[in-house]
Amino acid sequence: MKYCLVVDDSAVIRKVARRILEGLQFRIAEAEDGARAIDACKGEMPDAVLLDWNMPIMDGYEFLRTLRQMPGGKRPKVVFCTTENDIAHIARAMHAGADEYIMKPFDKEIVASKFHQVGLL
Amino acid sequence: MTEADFSFLCLLLQQRSGLSLTADKRYLAESRLGILCRRRGIADIEALVRQLRMARDLALESAVVDAMTTNETLFFRDQTPFNLFRDIILPERLAANAASRSLRIWCAAVSSGQEAYSLAMLIDELSERLAGWKIEILGTDISAEILEKARAGIYSQFEIQRGLPIQMLLKHFQQVGDKWQVSQRIRAMVEFRQHNLLERNDPFGRFDVIFCRNVLIYFDVPTKVKVLEQLAPRLVPDGAFLLGAAETVLGLATKLVCDPQHRGLYRHAAMAPPLAASPAPDFRPRPAAVATALRG
Repeated sequence: MKYCLVVDDSAVIRKVARRILEGLQFRIAEAEDGARAIDACKGEMPDAVLLDWNMPIMDGYEFLRTLRQMPGGKRPKVVFCTTENDIAHIARAMHAGADEYIMKPFDKEIVASKFHQVGLL
Repeated sequence: MTEADFSFLCLLLQQRSGLSLTADKRYLAESRLGILCRRRGIADIEALVRQLRMARDLALESAVVDAMTTNETLFFRDQTPFNLFRDIILPERLAANAASRSLRIWCAAVSSGQEAYSLAMLIDELSERLAGWKIEILGTDISAEILEKARAGIYSQFEIQRGLPIQMLLKHFQQVGDKWQVSQRIRAMVEFRQHNLLERNDPFGRFDVIFCRNVLIYFDVPTKVKVLEQLAPRLVPDGAFLLGAAETVLGLATKLVCDPQHRGLYRHAAMAPPLAASPAPDFRPRPAAVATALRG
């Protein structure tokens, strides 16, 4: 079973994402900001990260840059999932090493489509 | 909706578009035609049918067909046909058409254009290999309304997130308010025309590749056969014909046969590789055996 870390400061979004991803046969852990997500990655490197952008303490962009520097940190597929839906943000995220990008609001089909594209499904 | 009204609508749709509306689609007809009535200021479906019965109103008939045609589609829908196109069909056609350096593709029942634009984006990725080639992509659909959307190439955030890789979005789309528009360069690669699959199509000429995906499923068997009879002559003898994942020519009287190597890909029967060369076992009586049997 593949392991996905869901990083979002909204408990509601984490719950929705967890339900969708569990339906796609992922094992899930949650983190409410980038710093806690880094701690989680130090414990066990996930196969996938579903990543919000705007969060307190450490945002998604900073998390991604830190993750990619960590040992084994290039391996996880990182899919942004954010309300930031302009070209500039998307380009910045991809440049920093994101694999895919979901613009909120999202549904199961979009998550499945994006995870399929990066080879997680 | 009364039984008589529903039967009338079924007949109208069957004659106008070949669409076969089964009894279980009644709720769908009620909801979609209800929306049409509200848009056109018609009191209800009863009044709509009365109006249709009273006098031949082609525009209103078209609007009913539009409303009942399923226009749902995705970028790179099902992925496999696009891989087939890139890895098998395209190299085949590049070799076959090396002299003319031209390639013609028809997306039949293209709906809001995603399939045609997906192909255009794929071709654009291969522009180095295709330098100097003349490539035509024709997209046709029965619905004038949906073709307007296809031509504009403007999609919602939801539509561009189903099937389209984010790198392709960055490369080929512009943001227009809260929507996304396919770039002028990609739009210029596709021509859209209104066409009913049951009608004459010889003015379109012949195509190297025909995509006819997820439309036959809406037709009854005689209509499926008729559509395939119309399309097959438009395919060059060694061309490639693609159906949707849930569709087949099996059981339909047609000159198209499955390519045994590639699911979803069809060829002219006359051009199919001899069965002996294919991996499928050959159960046909051999000429010698037949001769013996006759003699015996």
